[in-house]
Order: sequence, then C-alpha cells, then structure tokens
Amino acid sequence: MNIYKKRKIVNKIMITITVLCTLITLVPLISIFISVISKGILSINIDFFLNIPKPVGEPGGGMSNAIVGSLILIGLSCLWALPLAIFGGVYLAEFGNNKLGAIIRFTADVLSGVPSIIIGIFAYLFFVLPMKSFSAISGAFALGIIMLPIVMRTTEEMVKMVPNTLREASLALGISRFRTTISIVLKTAMPGIITGIMLAIARIAGETAPLLFTAFGNRFWHQGLDKPIAALPLQIFVYAISPFDDWHRQAWAGTLVLISMIFIINLISRKVMKSSYKIY
Amino acid sequence: MNKKWIKLIDPLFMRTTMILAVSIVVLVVILLFSMTKQSMLSIHKFGLHFLFDSVWNPVTEKFGALPFIYGTFVSSVLALLIAVPISLGIAIYLSEIAPLWIRQFLGFMVELLAAIPSIIYGMWGIFVLSPFLREFVQPFLCKYFGFLPIFKGQFYGVGMMTAGIILSIMIIPTISSVSKDIFLSVPLDQREAAMALGATQWETIRLSVLKYAKTGVIGAIILGFGRAVGETMAVTMVIGNKPEIAISLFAPSYTIAALIANEFTEAVNDLYVSALIEMGLILFALTFALNIIAKLLIQSISGKLR
Repeated sequence: MNIYKKRKIVNKIMITITVLCTLITLVPLISIFISVISKGILSINIDFFLNIPKPVGEPGGGMSNAIVGSLILIGLSCLWALPLAIFGGVYLAEFGNNKLGAIIRFTADVLSGVPSIIIGIFAYLFFVLPMKSFSAISGAFALGIIMLPIVMRTTEEMVKMVPNTLREASLALGISRFRTTISIVLKTAMPGIITGIMLAIARIAGETAPLLFTAFGNRFWHQGLDKPIAALPLQIFVYAISPFDDWHRQAWAGTLVLISMIFIINLISRKVMKSSYKIY
Repeated sequence: MNKKWIKLIDPLFMRTTMILAVSIVVLVVILLFSMTKQSMLSIHKFGLHFLFDSVWNPVTEKFGALPFIYGTFVSSVLALLIAVPISLGIAIYLSEIAPLWIRQFLGFMVELLAAIPSIIYGMWGIFVLSPFLREFVQPFLCKYFGFLPIFKGQFYGVGMMTAGIILSIMIIPTISSVSKDIFLSVPLDQREAAMALGATQWETIRLSVLKYAKTGVIGAIILGFGRAVGETMAVTMVIGNKPEIAISLFAPSYTIAALIANEFTEAVNDLYVSALIEMGLILFALTFALNIIAKLLIQSISGKLR
C-alpha cells in the first residue's frame, strides 16, 4: 500500500513542478509588459512623435526621425530581400528536390542561426568600407540578410502545401509552368507567405546589433540613403545607456512604440493566417 | 505558337528562380571570405595565442580573446542552468498535462516572449531587473550562501548573474517550443503502453516520453546554447562590459558579441579592426557548430519517430 501512496505523491509533486515552471515564465513577461506600458505611457507625448532629438543636455525633443528611419530601413530591406526570398522559396519547393536544393536549404538554415551582430560586420565590410561612410543602404542590406532565410523557408513550406491537383489542373489546360506557378500556386500560398513576411518584418523592426555600425544612427532628419540614418531600436539603445534622466524617459517611450509596432504586426499576421482558406 | 512560348518561358523561369535561390549561398560564401580576409592581419600577428591571451588593450595593440570567451561561455552556461529545467517543465506541461485551451493560451504567451526584441530585454534588464537583483537577491545570496566564492563581492547589479538571467529568459521560448514539438511527436502507443501497465501520469511521461525524446531534447538545449552565445544587445546592456575573469557571479564581465557591439565603431587602426573581426569569426564558428549539432540531433529523433 505504501509504495502506491509514494508513487501518487511523486506524481502530484512533479506535475505541480511543471505547472510552477510555466507560471514562473510568465513573471518576467508580465513584468516587462507592466514596466514598458507604465513607464512608456508616462513618458510618451505628442512631441515624441513630431520632434527630432534636441542637442545633448537640453530636455525635450522626440524620435520622429528614428521612427521614420526605421520605416525607411524596413522598406528598403523588403525591396531587395523579398523578391530574392520569395522566388528562392519557389525554386526550393517546385524544382529544389535535388542536391542544389539541399545545399541552399542548408545555407538558409546556417544563415538564420548566425548572430545578427555578425551580419552587421558583414554589411560593414560589404558596404561601409568601400563607400567610406555609414549609410541607410548598408543597414537595409544587413536587415535584408536577416529576412532572407525566414521568408525563403516559409515560402517553400507554403508553396509545398498547395495540392498537386491544382498544378495538374492548370498544366492540363496547356498553361505554362511559369503562369501556373505565378497565378495559381503563389496565389494560393499567398496568405501563408504574407504571414511569413510580416513575422520577418516584426523581427527586423527590433534588430539593433546589425545597425550599430551600418545605419549608425543620426540625430537629425534623414539626409539620403548614402548617409547615416536613425533607427528606433538604435536610438533606444543610445538613450538607455546615457546618464540623462530625460533620455531614459524617452527610451521608455521608444520602447512602448517599438513593442506596440511589433505586436500589431504579429496580430495582423495571425489574422491573415486565419483568414486564408484551408488548402490542405 | 503557344507550345513554343512554353518551351521558351518555362526553362527561363526555372533558371531565374534558381539564380535567386543560389544568391543566398553566394552571400554566405562572400560573408565567410570577406571576414576571413579581414581578420588575416590579426591571425598572422597573434596566431593561436589570440585564444589564450587574457589582455585586451587597444592602446598597446595587445589583443587576447580569453576573457571574452570565458564571459560568453559562463553567461551562456548560467542561462542554460536556469532555462533548461524551466523549459522542460513548460514543454511537459503544455504537451502532456494542460487542457487544450490552456495549451493554446500559454503557448501564445511563451511565443510572445520570443517576439520581444533584444533591446527591450536590455531596457528591462537595466532599469528593472538589475536594481532588483542589487537590492534584494544579491544581498540575500551573499548573506546565506556567501561561503561560496561565486556569491562574493560587491553588488553592482550589472554583471554575469544579470546577464545569465536575462539570457535564460530569452532562450526559454526556443528550448521549450522545440522540446514541446518533440514530445508531441512521440507516438501515443508509447504512453498507452505505460498507462496500461498502471503507471501514474508522471511515470508515463518519464518512461515513455522523456526517455524516448532524450536525443531531441539535447538538441533543443544545444540550440538554446547557440542562441545565448550569439545574443548581443541585452547582454551588452547588463553584463558590465569589463574584460576580467572573475569567479564571482556578481562581478561584471564581457562577451564576444558585446565586445564587437561596443568597440567596432571605435576601432581606428587596422590591427584593432582585424582583431574584432577575428572575434566575429570565432563567434560565427561557435554558433555554426552548435546549430549543426542541434539540427542533427533534432532530425535524428524526428526521423526515428516518423
């Protein structure tokens, strides 16, 4: 009888421990949210969205240049990385069942595991060194590299999910493989691909490390794509490690804006995924 | 006409997508090549001493990687010590025990943890976690466990301990979601067999799930280790950035990624830049090896299960 009781008690204890593990993880999550929201709301004001930073030591000012800079960087990186990633993913799914496909898949996996700071070094060597200036282009190059493997592998998975009968129906009508892929396969897989793209954008929106020595940051309104440009996470970093209270305040405001941006993108992408009709 | 058109456009389309797909391989090759080329200066100058020298002085141009390798390693191991038991608890709870609606809700919460960018962890680390550790946790540890050398010294708030805790929070989603998927892929027959023999719920989990999934879980842990090693911003903000090898967990330290983040824009002469890029190369090699091992382990288990 005794051994049964012992086993039952062990069972209870272990199960309670797993519940506690789950609950304890929520503590930092809730703490982060509470501090970002409470400190952010206290710090945020209309100036934050409309003004550029004031000179060092002078209170006030905002991060409008950084918000716009972040949007420019994200737009630029989408511009070069998305076509590459989407069509690369199409290749992997449609024609990539060979050795070359395996190599590309392997490289994409390697690239998605590379720490983002190393991508920053690469973009520095590739763009900043030859151009002899920090620039928006080099920042967008670094962010795009981070997007590439994410979007490529999602596209591949989504395109693979499109049932073969759809392709066959189209090809049987005498339509070219090219048109079939563009108008039938990609169109069917689009909601999933868009979800992947949005998650990739949410990821790069918060990236700081690869921008440190590429986009570099800028206290003024942006001056062209070949010049240093401000970005929201960079500005938060600079302000957070500064000794000024007013800058800390603005860093919290920036954090609130950044986290809201990222969660809105995440929520929309979930909506897009749910709205897609079942294809499998 | 139509046939001709198809014969023309289809191979062209395939070629185009192939070229675009291959460009990712080309990028990675250029990345490796350019980084190796730029770090040659430092590799030639210091050779293997680079790895074992503990002086980092840009003024005298003496560069040794040891304190940074130590800091990276210890902070990541510390993160694993905290994150592994918690992540496994989460994975077991979410895959085996929790009712469906809790699974979805808590799964979503843990996913949120993964969506928070590094810089925000850093902000929270500087302004919330490190004051909390300095005021409450570190004095407590020093008072009751002060006989251990790892809990001695000044309470700075920033340091190895703070970095380890932040890293552990950041890698919990990785380890728990990968292990959860592995647990879920263990066939039901396994569990039913154990239950039919009269095992309790925990015994079922231990005997038929954990044992079966062991290799994959090790893979998930190594994957988390790789994440922790390469993490930059949050660590830079809370580790104290001091290239010293100290036994105490309260003392400030420095990681490879934090070093690159802090000093790359300040590096003026060629040797300095080259040494920093060599650091990057070491970091690349480390994360590359860890990711490959993790991937092989995880694949070996999911292959076995399918």
